[in-house]
Amino acid sequence: MTPQETVERALALSKADDCVVIVDEGSTANLRYAGNTLTTNGVTRSSRLTVISVTGQGVGVVSRTAVRPGQLADVVAAADLASREAPPAEDARPLVGPAVSPDWDAPAEPTSIAVFSAFAPALGETFAVAETANRKLYGFAEHLLTTTFLGSSSGLRLRHDQPTGRLELNAKSPDMTRSAWAGVATRDFSDVDVAALDAGLARRLDWAKRRLDLPPGRYETLIPPSSVADLMIYLYWSAGARDAADGRTVFSKPGGGTRVGESLSESPVRLSSDPGAAGIQCAPFVIAHAGGRQRSVFDNGLPLSPTDWIHDGSLAALLQTRHSAELTGLAATPAIDNLIMRGPEGGRSLDEMVASTERGLLLTCLWYIREVDPQTLLLTGLTRDGVYLVEKGEVVGEVNNFRFNESPVGLLDRMTEVGREEHTLPREWSDYFTRAVMPAVRVPDFNMSTVSQAS
Amino acid sequence: MRQIDPDFLALPLRQLADAALQRARDLGAEHADFRLERVRGETLNLFDARLEGSMDADDLGYAVRVIRDGTWGFAAGIELTPEAAAAVAEQAVEVARVAAAVNREPVELAPEPVHAGATWVSSYEVDPFSVPLKEKVALLADWSAGLLKDPRVDHVAASLMQVKEQKFYADTAGTDTTQQRVRTHPVLTAMRAAEGRFDDMRTLAPPAGRGYEYLTGTGWDFPSEVALLPELLEEKLKAPSVEAGPYDLVIHPSNLWLTIHESIGHATELDRALGYEAAYAGTSFATFDKLGTLQYGSPIMNVTGDRTAEHGLATIGYDDEGVATRRFDIVREGRLVGYQLDRRMALLKGLGSSNGCAFADSPGHVPIQRMANVSLLPAGDGPSTEELISRVERGLFILGDKSWSIDMQRYNFQFTGQRFYLIENGRVTGQVRDVAYQATTTDFWRSMEAVGGPQTYVLGGAMNCGKGQPGQVAPVSHGCPSALFRGVKILNTVQEGGK
Repeated sequence: MTPQETVERALALSKADDCVVIVDEGSTANLRYAGNTLTTNGVTRSSRLTVISVTGQGVGVVSRTAVRPGQLADVVAAADLASREAPPAEDARPLVGPAVSPDWDAPAEPTSIAVFSAFAPALGETFAVAETANRKLYGFAEHLLTTTFLGSSSGLRLRHDQPTGRLELNAKSPDMTRSAWAGVATRDFSDVDVAALDAGLARRLDWAKRRLDLPPGRYETLIPPSSVADLMIYLYWSAGARDAADGRTVFSKPGGGTRVGESLSESPVRLSSDPGAAGIQCAPFVIAHAGGRQRSVFDNGLPLSPTDWIHDGSLAALLQTRHSAELTGLAATPAIDNLIMRGPEGGRSLDEMVASTERGLLLTCLWYIREVDPQTLLLTGLTRDGVYLVEKGEVVGEVNNFRFNESPVGLLDRMTEVGREEHTLPREWSDYFTRAVMPAVRVPDFNMSTVSQAS
Repeated sequence: MRQIDPDFLALPLRQLADAALQRARDLGAEHADFRLERVRGETLNLFDARLEGSMDADDLGYAVRVIRDGTWGFAAGIELTPEAAAAVAEQAVEVARVAAAVNREPVELAPEPVHAGATWVSSYEVDPFSVPLKEKVALLADWSAGLLKDPRVDHVAASLMQVKEQKFYADTAGTDTTQQRVRTHPVLTAMRAAEGRFDDMRTLAPPAGRGYEYLTGTGWDFPSEVALLPELLEEKLKAPSVEAGPYDLVIHPSNLWLTIHESIGHATELDRALGYEAAYAGTSFATFDKLGTLQYGSPIMNVTGDRTAEHGLATIGYDDEGVATRRFDIVREGRLVGYQLDRRMALLKGLGSSNGCAFADSPGHVPIQRMANVSLLPAGDGPSTEELISRVERGLFILGDKSWSIDMQRYNFQFTGQRFYLIENGRVTGQVRDVAYQATTTDFWRSMEAVGGPQTYVLGGAMNCGKGQPGQVAPVSHGCPSALFRGVKILNTVQEGGK
């Protein structure tokens, strides 16, 4: 049974008032390596059916994998039953529709280990180069291809193909005391130059041959695009309109309401999402497998359009369902699976920012980022894989790692320079979020709370 | 003793395994294993006593892992026919062939006795999936509504996560095991804006390897704990901000479990210590050369790994490499004496045999070394929590977990909590807020002056510890008593935020 047939049969089987059916056809291939050798690898296939039944205002959601044709009726019946037993859903709205994707009928094409057929030998050669140069390489290469088919009793027949690839490469000295990291997001691995990445890491390991110890404190700090992405993604995930309206987050207005319209930064910075952004394309409609504070199953299929979350430094929108938009009196702006940050025109590259730094820290990565206080969005975390001291425009050596305590909202207000944006891979959140375009930023007083002995 | 569900046993487990393993043998695999599993999960979320979202989901499929020419190959599929299983085995061998270009170290496994036809079921009374959704929603809504009647509460969030995991494993050595276990985690959080602040207070009930009976009085008294939340929340909202500086800490198991997890559990995974996690979660300061010599903590510190503890989240009969699980020492009298192992790691370092710590969280993932229930042992006739508090002149009593973070070698950590009580002259004098404690792992554990007795012991834990690439989540419990630590650095989180 094709995914499209599964959608049609499930919709026909449902006895609920309304029904949404989502079929996700997934495939993955990955290579994991450490110490210049392979550790694990694999290829997988998956198929998930999600049936969302609506009876009155009650919703039932049942999701099953590997459903055989003879089991389809049971899955639909379970969702129908759950919808009859459920109390009324607060976010109940008429289903979106109708709309049909032009490629609805096309089959889903899986990825396979062949996606690495050129990359794997190149990686093997890079291992050999690294071994000769007394460098150990660690990392992970992964390619996923998910095709989502979304159908509804209201006439939706939407389809989205989402390739997601990433490469992470970590170089270490043999005694593991020097470490450098690089990562790239890719749609198909054809654009990944692993030898060039390794060469860049070798340069940083050379920087680290001179070791400097610095105490905790507030330092002028250059934050690279990958780390800016990790911080801004946390901000984005924390930008739920309902939580803000309830007074729970940094985007809550004291006394009630949200801070939409308030200035967060003197810099004319823009934080946005766009499903059609080149190189980081993502689903152009809502795909909600389950309901929650920031998503509604009733919004499935709702078209997504370019959305500014922060515009000219001011909070422009929060993550909204149609329901929360009515509650807050703002536009419905659902989450979109990419994130773009831009500063004023003419932003400089990170290398140019280093060259104009009198004295400051240059970060590589932030890690183990966790929320300490939702009302200020104070986050804690650590630096890793290279913190460098810049003096008179030159990197003069590697500094110890630090634990930081900082709020990305506070950083927006205090940053003194926004560099040129580029495609980047978030280090910490790349398991969940890979499609990002971010600039480097300069912060005059980044709070390095304590020293970390880790190297 | 509960039985494995007939509908799982009715799946063509043996036929698929035979087809896959035979095909792998035919293609020259030195080793092959087959794992079919079904993981069913249900999550419910309520806000202000109304159902906000629910999801009943499963993950069913199978995996074939091979070693061919000393290289791993792994493939996973979903079509439940012998032909498809054989094709997945072929894919696994093909992956090994492609991956050989990247492999420079032949893979071998530590030997393990054959366990043929073994079965195991965890200790629970009521299958959580036998209870109707509306009954679960009604119970959570009832607890929530009770809280909402209290004027000291503005909002209530409630959630319930339940999982049933069924696994069939077979390998070319002749082992085959069939297992089933469940786990349950209910949480209620009361929220309020007052005193110019917004704050919340959450139940401390840990996730447990128990069934639905956990919500109805077996293993935890939820009604009593829920009833306390408004008062605790009100006190927290009125509490003064903590003065930063060094404090003696009495830490309750509801907080200390997470510190154990991060600073001992992950630090003593041998794959981390050997660098296999280096690019992702990191390595460990507890490197293999320190085995037997590293003074991890004070001499009263004894830590075990245990995949046999009743109601433990990592508890199971056989791991995902067919190894019989056991209890083993990790820290004895403060000294590092053991690691968590899988079969490859055990052989690689000449440790004889695996201690059963291989786990994959889904049929689509390869087993990696995951955490046993890593627990701090109580003192046999040790003190009560109140006695520990009585030994403190100026300090804090900490309950419940909240924010956590530790560096990639497990040295520098920072934790917050649910409740912080000031201790003055041996007595608790009221809550303070804005507290985080920060330390280096060995400094912290060496500062442990006393551990409580068995009467203070609680099995805490997490449903979803993350590790590996591609990312996997594992359930794991950590038991511990209350414990007393001297001179730990306390931060004021408001000041840290620059306010």
